[in-house]
Amino acid sequence: MDLSLNDVQLMLADSIEKFVANDYAFDTRQKYADSDDGYSMDVWNTFAELGWTAVPFSEADGGFDGGPVDIMVVMERFGRGLVVEPYLANVILAGGVLKRAANAAQKEKWLSPLIGGELQATLAFVEPQARYDINNVLSTATRDGDAWRLNGAKGLVLNGGNADLLIVPARTSGKQNDTDGITLFGIAADSPGVSIRDYACIDGQRAAEISLENVAATADLVIGEIDAGFAAMDAAVADATIAVCAEAVGIMSVLTEKTIEYAKSRLQFGVPIGSFQALQHRMVDMYAAGEQSRSLLLWAVMTLAEGGEESARAVHAIKYQIGIAGKLVGEEAVQIHGGMGVTWELDVAHYFKRLTAIGLMFGNADWHLDRLAT
Amino acid sequence: MNVTFSNEELAFRAEVREFFETEFPQDILEKQNNAVPLTRDDVIRWHRVINEKGWVAPNWPKEYGGPGWTPVQKYIFADEQARANAPGFLAFGLSMVGPIIYTYGTDEQKQRFLPDILQTNTWWCQGYSEPGAGSDLASLKTRADLNGDHYVVNGTKSWTTLGQYADWIFCLVRTNTDVARRQEGISFVLIDMRQPGVTVKPIIMLGGEHEVNEVHFENVKVPIENLVGEEGKGWTYGKVLLQHERTNIAGVARSKFDLTRLRAQAEKSIRGGEPLANDRNFMRKIAAAEVELKALEYTELRTLASIASGKAPGPESSILKIAGTELHQRVDALYLEAAGYYALPYVRDQYVLGFPENERVGEGKETSTSLTYFNHRKLSIFGGSNEIQKNIIAKHVLGL
Repeated sequence: MDLSLNDVQLMLADSIEKFVANDYAFDTRQKYADSDDGYSMDVWNTFAELGWTAVPFSEADGGFDGGPVDIMVVMERFGRGLVVEPYLANVILAGGVLKRAANAAQKEKWLSPLIGGELQATLAFVEPQARYDINNVLSTATRDGDAWRLNGAKGLVLNGGNADLLIVPARTSGKQNDTDGITLFGIAADSPGVSIRDYACIDGQRAAEISLENVAATADLVIGEIDAGFAAMDAAVADATIAVCAEAVGIMSVLTEKTIEYAKSRLQFGVPIGSFQALQHRMVDMYAAGEQSRSLLLWAVMTLAEGGEESARAVHAIKYQIGIAGKLVGEEAVQIHGGMGVTWELDVAHYFKRLTAIGLMFGNADWHLDRLAT
Repeated sequence: MNVTFSNEELAFRAEVREFFETEFPQDILEKQNNAVPLTRDDVIRWHRVINEKGWVAPNWPKEYGGPGWTPVQKYIFADEQARANAPGFLAFGLSMVGPIIYTYGTDEQKQRFLPDILQTNTWWCQGYSEPGAGSDLASLKTRADLNGDHYVVNGTKSWTTLGQYADWIFCLVRTNTDVARRQEGISFVLIDMRQPGVTVKPIIMLGGEHEVNEVHFENVKVPIENLVGEEGKGWTYGKVLLQHERTNIAGVARSKFDLTRLRAQAEKSIRGGEPLANDRNFMRKIAAAEVELKALEYTELRTLASIASGKAPGPESSILKIAGTELHQRVDALYLEAAGYYALPYVRDQYVLGFPENERVGEGKETSTSLTYFNHRKLSIFGGSNEIQKNIIAKHVLGL
C-alpha cells in the first residue's frame, strides 16, 4: 500500500503547477476561451513540447507509459488552472481509441502527430438520442464495394470544430443498443459530406454537432476490427470519465480555497463573514466533500490501473461522487460569494460552470448510481 | 501508488482471520450474530482471550504491552475484527486512560494501572461530561479540593457509559476556580468507585437500555497519588486523549461489515413477494452508502499513510468523525427500512433472554434494527457533537 506519487509524477505535477501559476492567469484563460478556436494553439504546442500530450501512451507509441494515476496528476492541475485546451478530446478520447485499436500505419498517420501537437482530433461518442449510453448508435456505415458510406448525426463532439480527425463510431450490424456491431472510422473533418456546426459551451470549452451524409471511407480508415469497436471506445470513455473527475477534484479545491479566502476578508455587520457559524459549517461541508472525493479518486485510479473486474464499478462510483460533491461545492462557493458569485467577472463563477458541465458529461450522478445499484 | 498489501501484511491478515474463526469465543460471536447483548462477564472473557494473544491494545507502544503493529496492521486487525462480527474493544481503559497514564503518569501509576487494563482486571469508565457541561466541557463544575494528602471530590458526572460495571473512573475535575481561562485549573484524576460517597444512577436510553449513568461524588477522598501529570493541566491531557485515536474513529470496518451484510440480506429477504434487492430505490440507497464508505475508507488510509511515513495525520483526518458517524447512522436507517413493519415490535427480552427462534416475534433480528437505530443517534452527539467538530475544523483546518 503506497498512496504517494513517484518522482516522475511529482516532476510532472510540479511542471504543470508552474505553468498554471506563471502562464495561465484567469484573464489569460478567458482570452483563450473567447478566441475563435476556443483555446491557444501556442499553449497546445507548449503542452506537446513539455511532453504532456505523450503521458498516457506507451513508449513504443512515443509516449511515457503513464497510467490512470498520471492522468489524474495532469487533470487535477488542469482543473486548478481551468485549462481550456482540448486535452480530453485529443489525448484521452481520440488518443485512447488509437492507442488501443489503431494499426501501425494508423498510429504513424494519426497518433504520432497527435502526440506531437500537429494534429487535432476527437472521438464522436455521443448521439443526440443516446443520452449517456454510448452503445446507443444509430449512425450507420454501409458497404460500398471495398469502401464504406457513413450516415448519421453526432452531438456534443468535444473539440469537433477544431479537429482534423474525427473518430466516428458507426453501426455496421446489430440493433440500436447492441455493443456488438459498432465499427470505428477515422474520418478527415474536411471529407465531403461532413458538416460541422461548432459552438461554445457553458464552460468555455467548444463542441460541435456533426452530420454525416454519404461520407466515403476507404477500408484503411477502419480502426480496429469491424463490428468490434465498442471495447476501445468504452475504455477511452472510461479514461475520460476518470480524467474529468480528477479535473473536478482540482476545481473543488480551488473553489473551497477561494471561498475561505473571501469569507475571511469580506466584512458585513463589521466582521468577516467567515466568523458566522452558519457559513463556517457550510465551508466545512465543502472541504469534506472535496477531500472525500479526492480519497475516492485515489481508489478509482488505482483500481483502474490494476485493470480488474472492479474497474467499471470504480468509474461509476467516482463519477457519482463527483456529481454530488461537485454540485454541492460549486453551488456553495457561489452562495458564499454572494452577489459577486453570480457575476461573469469573478473566476469562481467559471469554475462553477465547468463543474456543472462535468456533472452532466459521461453520465450524471443518477445514471452512475443506477449502475451501482444492481 | 498502489493498493496492494505486502506478503507480510497478507499473512498477518490470514493469522488474524484464523484467530477469530478458531480461538475467539464462538458463543460470543453467536450472541453478536443474534443481536443478544453481552454481559459484563462476556466482555471481560473475550478481552482476556485477545490479551493472551497480545493483541488487546493495538495502539500501545511495545514497552507497555502493545503488539508494535504498523498502521496498516492496525487497519487490517480492525477490518478482520469487524468482519468476524466480533465486538469492538472497551475504549475507556485501552484507548482512553491507558494512553494518558503511559504518556503522563508516574512509574508507580504505570505499574499499578496498566497491567490491570491489559488483563481487564479493572473496568474503567470516563468522567468528563456533566449535567451542565456537554459539548462545552470547560464549564465543568465537579471540584476536587486539596486536603493534606488527598483531594475531596464533590460533583456529578453524566453520560457515564457502562459506569454500572466500572471499578474505576477517570475524571476531569476543577482543582482551582481562580483562573483567567476556564480551561485552566482543571486536573485529571483517577477515582476508585468502590468507596463511600460514590453513587451510580442509571440513565435509560431511548431504546430502553441501561447504557449510561450519572455518577455522583459526595466528599469522596482521592489520594494525591491518583493525580495524573501536573495539577491544572487536565484540559491539555484530555484534549490529547480526544485526538489519540485517529484511526478507527470513522468505524470504517464496522460500516463495511454492516453494509456487506445488508446487501446479502436484500438478496434473500422477500418483501412484497420478491427479493428486496429488486427494489431499485432501496438498492440505490445501498449503493450510495457504499460509495461514501469507500471514500471514507480511503480518507482513513490517507491518514494512515501519513502516520506510517512518520508524519502527522493530514488535515483530511479531521473529517473522519463526522463522515464516519453520519455514514453509520445512514446504514442503521437502511436496516430499519429493510425491516419495514417488523422494526416495530418492542420485545427486548427476545434478545436479552435469547428466545429460541420459533418463539421470537418476526423473523428475529429485524426487530432489533430499530433499537440499534435509536441507540446510534448518540454517535453524532458524543465525543464532541458533529457541530462542535465542524467548529473545530473551521477554526483549526480552514483557519476561519
